Amino acid sequence: MASRTQTDTDDFDTDADDFGGDLAEDVVLEVRNANVSFDMDRGESRVLRDVNLEVRRGEVLGVVGESGSGKSMLASAMLDAVVSPGQLDGEVIFHPEDGDPVDVVSLSDRELTELRWNEISFVIQAAQSAFNPTMTVGAHFEETLRAHGSDVEEGLANARELLEDLYLPAGQVLRSHPHELSGGQKQRALIALSLILEPSVLVMDEPTAALDLLMQRSIISLLADLKEKYDLTLVFVTHDLPLVADIADRLAVMYAFELAEVGPTDAIVEDPAHPYTRALLKAVPNVADREIDIAGIPGSSPDPVHVPEGCSYHPRCPLADEECRRDDPAFRSVGDDHEATCFHWEDAADEIPFDTEGHDE
Amino acid sequence: MSDDPVVSLEDIEVHFTKERLLGFAGSETVRAVDGVSLDVYENDVIALVGESGCGKTTLGKTAIGVQRPTGGTLRYRGQDVWATKDDGALEGGYTQQEIRRALQIIHQDPGSSLNPNYTVRSALAAPLKQWRTDLNEADRHARIHGLLEHVGMTPASDYAERYPHQLSGGEQQRIALLRALLMNPDVILADEAVSALDVSLRAEMMDLFLELQDQFDTSYVFISHNLANAKYLTQKADGRIGIMYLGELVEIGTPEQIIHNPQHPYTKVLLWATTDVHSHGSVEDPPVRSLDIPDPADPPSGCRFHTRCPEAREACKQATPELADHEGDGQRVACFRQRDDHEYWNSPALESDDDVHMNTTSSD
Repeated sequence: MASRTQTDTDDFDTDADDFGGDLAEDVVLEVRNANVSFDMDRGESRVLRDVNLEVRRGEVLGVVGESGSGKSMLASAMLDAVVSPGQLDGEVIFHPEDGDPVDVVSLSDRELTELRWNEISFVIQAAQSAFNPTMTVGAHFEETLRAHGSDVEEGLANARELLEDLYLPAGQVLRSHPHELSGGQKQRALIALSLILEPSVLVMDEPTAALDLLMQRSIISLLADLKEKYDLTLVFVTHDLPLVADIADRLAVMYAFELAEVGPTDAIVEDPAHPYTRALLKAVPNVADREIDIAGIPGSSPDPVHVPEGCSYHPRCPLADEECRRDDPAFRSVGDDHEATCFHWEDAADEIPFDTEGHDE
Repeated sequence: MSDDPVVSLEDIEVHFTKERLLGFAGSETVRAVDGVSLDVYENDVIALVGESGCGKTTLGKTAIGVQRPTGGTLRYRGQDVWATKDDGALEGGYTQQEIRRALQIIHQDPGSSLNPNYTVRSALAAPLKQWRTDLNEADRHARIHGLLEHVGMTPASDYAERYPHQLSGGEQQRIALLRALLMNPDVILADEAVSALDVSLRAEMMDLFLELQDQFDTSYVFISHNLANAKYLTQKADGRIGIMYLGELVEIGTPEQIIHNPQHPYTKVLLWATTDVHSHGSVEDPPVRSLDIPDPADPPSGCRFHTRCPEAREACKQATPELADHEGDGQRVACFRQRDDHEYWNSPALESDDDVHMNTTSSD
């Protein structure tokens, strides 16, 4: 099981402005001032706005947001894989375990391809269409190994082990064509394929969204095992906060193309600081709770062309005042290793109460 | 209000024949629903939960008479629905039109179930024109505006003139729900009606379903893959949760029984799969012997869950357990483990990989 960063929940006034400046943590991937925009007829559509995020070596980072919050765009930005005509502006820096930092955005296409499979691997959302339907699954592994100049025999032996790790009958899967596998099998085969060149970071965009609950949870459990066995750093992008909370050490919550809150999973799940995170957690029924009291969030998420002025959450926020309508709140420290973009985070717990005592385990 | 069921399914079977290579390589039969009996009462709420391919949608569609069963009987207030469609109404019985009005459906994707060329007003006026011939245009107008305001779509006069593409997903789903309710139905089948919505909008939609149930006096059959949502809906409405696996109902009971006292090993597996935000940090290995669902065209012998069941023994391969109320508390379970005197307890456990076969056809 992943070790979890322990946090104390006292909110002593830690220096409010040290977000991100602290490189004492072993950072493997850094995103700095990332913006992604599309030019559209009805205006510029900014689908990622000033995102700063670091991924620490060996952690599981969950990036959580609703549809249209920009979370997939953040995943693409991490690999400089934003599709044209989208424009990525900002820095993405990869820190190999040994060697100099790599500025991902300035890499040539060739270098980028090398980096993407060998160092940072990307599992896209649509496993159903990631495989070439005319090739067997085994041929995908062989092609990938050859393209990167790896030993095919040895690589296929690794592939078998990876597939077995994912509870798949390796021989049969390698011989199969994609249509012969179920959705869950394809998704697991894709995870195995993305790990074939032994990357140190695996970025997954909604890797389980199209699957059944049982398969989703199983994949989560298998990922926790894989991470330990292969010493991986995982970035797991999803709309499903409870799902990723199971394995994530830290969570990054996105709202309206920005990060709203970043912190240790325990702190975010039990006592989040941002009103949006609090409301989001209250909107999901917990199966084990006997008391059931959930509430949706009134209104809807903004359109990327018309993001509200000031704090983008203010039209839906019960704490919003004049300041929120006027100024965009910057990240501030709200606890140990825990930041949020809210002027009134200290009042959020009172305004949006959170009965964590009421659930039975 | 009578205690008789509004809709009654008796030993329903729905088998689909799938031809291989246009029939040249023979055909196979997919047993989508096999031998399910279920009663839906007035103001009832039933949530059918299971993995994809378990037959929950097929069973739901059979319950409202849009899917013809290949075996068994569907009755509406005691009257055989398919006999009525084939042979016409009985003397003094319900006509086919009345039955059709009484059983309505809301689809998963409201965007594609609303006619893009109809404004909200015309979409909602259609059922009123057909079933409330006593209303004139002004009455209809007032009724539609009242409903729109009631579901929070204000100003109603603005929303009434909009087309579906001018509405958000949640608003489209509200219109689909209102349209179904205006038929004044006895039962509404809601097929994954909230799962397409954003997390923050689901709670509101579920509450709206329940609130409108009181007003319109209707019953719901919800189809869901999510036990947490199923629990929310059925607990508030005092309903039942039915768990389906490979075409069979394996357990049914109140949400309290299913969530806090599950009996069938498959129900326990589904609960394991349902993440709870407060139980984070505790991922165990999946409690199944095989992750993948067997091919519904070739379901395992005996208890269909035996290939994946952590508790399976030899006896489970031999015979099929009946869905029965073992404790007398209304919770019905199809598992030999419910009976202390069953030969299951003396039969050897299945070898771990003995019977686990990979399913090579997609089950999606």
